[in-house]
Amino acid sequence: MVRGLSRRNIFWLKALIHLLSLGWALLTYYRAGTDQLGGDPVEGILHFTGIGAFNLLLLCLIISPLVRWSRISQFMQVRRLLGLYAFFYALLHLASYILFELQLEWQLLLSEIVKRPYITVGFSAWIILLALTLTSNKAAQRRLGRNWQKLHNWVYLAAGLIALHYIWSVKSDITQPLVYIGVLLLLLSFRKDKLLKLWR
Amino acid sequence: MLIKRPTSWTLKDNQVTDEKIYQQRRHLLKQMGFIGAGALLASHQASGISLFGDDEPRFKTHVLDYAEAQQQSQILTPETKVTSHNNFYEFGTDKSDPKANAQAFQVDPWQLRVDGLVETPFTLSFDELFKLAPLQERIYRLRCVEAWSMVIPWIGFSLNALLNKARPLSSGKYVAFETLYDPKQMPGQNNPFRGGGIDYPYVEGLRIDEAAHPLSFLAVGLYGKSLPAQNGAPIRLVVPWKYGFKSIKSIVRISVVDKQPPTTWNLLAAQEYGFYANVNPKVDHPRWSQARERRITTGGLFSSNRIDTQLFNGYDEVASLYSGMDLRQHY
Repeated sequence: MVRGLSRRNIFWLKALIHLLSLGWALLTYYRAGTDQLGGDPVEGILHFTGIGAFNLLLLCLIISPLVRWSRISQFMQVRRLLGLYAFFYALLHLASYILFELQLEWQLLLSEIVKRPYITVGFSAWIILLALTLTSNKAAQRRLGRNWQKLHNWVYLAAGLIALHYIWSVKSDITQPLVYIGVLLLLLSFRKDKLLKLWR
Repeated sequence: MLIKRPTSWTLKDNQVTDEKIYQQRRHLLKQMGFIGAGALLASHQASGISLFGDDEPRFKTHVLDYAEAQQQSQILTPETKVTSHNNFYEFGTDKSDPKANAQAFQVDPWQLRVDGLVETPFTLSFDELFKLAPLQERIYRLRCVEAWSMVIPWIGFSLNALLNKARPLSSGKYVAFETLYDPKQMPGQNNPFRGGGIDYPYVEGLRIDEAAHPLSFLAVGLYGKSLPAQNGAPIRLVVPWKYGFKSIKSIVRISVVDKQPPTTWNLLAAQEYGFYANVNPKVDHPRWSQARERRITTGGLFSSNRIDTQLFNGYDEVASLYSGMDLRQHY
């Protein structure tokens, strides 16, 4: 018997990703809006959306090793969805930062992006994810041809920048950022050859 | 919006009924097999202290007798937020950790040793902490170095009252403070992954003229009751013109010394946290701005209010302590 996932399996897997990603975000924003998200709901939301984006991006990077290991190629069909949700969370993260932390002081946003290295780094990662999201459809893939893969290899740089943004933003407790960096390095190590080729 | 502050004469439900009778009653209810009623009671209690059930320990506070502060225009941070949003790495580094992990913290018996370059060193027991001087309420702004702030009604006495009792020698130039070191009770102290990489015990210090300033305060309570464990029970420092990390919690030792004592955050990252740590909107933390702060009051995400940070957190009366000093250099 051939191992694999039916179309129905994929449908439910995608439904689960939608449900968890959207549901979790909605629930957390609801709790923040009604003052049930700890003492400082703004901090709570920024943390939740930031970590959420990182989690989803790591899930996205698990897919290709998972396909190789399980030999179930159909997992590939949920990768774009995970990537899009990673950007969706990053969008919520930046939007919440501008709306609730900076309270729409655009000048302050510009100066923070320039002056604060961890914000510069986070914003750079956001721009990369934006570019990947805008070129994630089939039409863009066709139009860009061979350049599409080149562009989408930038996801590794984005992941590294996000890790740096995270570890720089914490006061002293770097345990959790280090765990994330460990997971990221593990996922990157599966692509050692590819990354070394990119480097050259 | 206005927050109703409980005064000493407003009774709460659990004060109307004697606590012992109250507990017996619930016990009886459960024994009689009112499963539904029992479950209701259990969930009622759980809502107050996160995930603890009926049999879990719960930190006990007691009502204090004190002189009330004058009413003022500042909106107080609600008690639930003051007691659930804490930086007390001895009990974990998440803001919600101290409340979750400090419920079994033992503060009675307690010993606060006052020594060093003083004429009369002494030690205070738990009961004596509340009797050293008449208790008074002070409503202070607390500005955290992480750029959020609260307004808290503390109860306690001037640090100066304690120093006067010890009578510092003229050779004493600084006051050093030390938090309890008890890894059995404080999970952050015995596990580097839970304590934020800090070398415990937590230590802090003030110049002696800063310590003697009438604003420097030793708090033994807040919101009418003795301090909850997560806020630094049984006694903590409150220096309202400095960043919150200077206001050391659960103090076991206060020593008058002749040299500037080491301070915990300065030891951890000297380029980010200085000895003085005066609130100053013009001197940024290397990684984030200190120009503004988020005032924590009631309301969720959509009522968050960001306000300008004031030099010395608005306590201008301390400015003379630093005349002629470069506050950029002595951050």
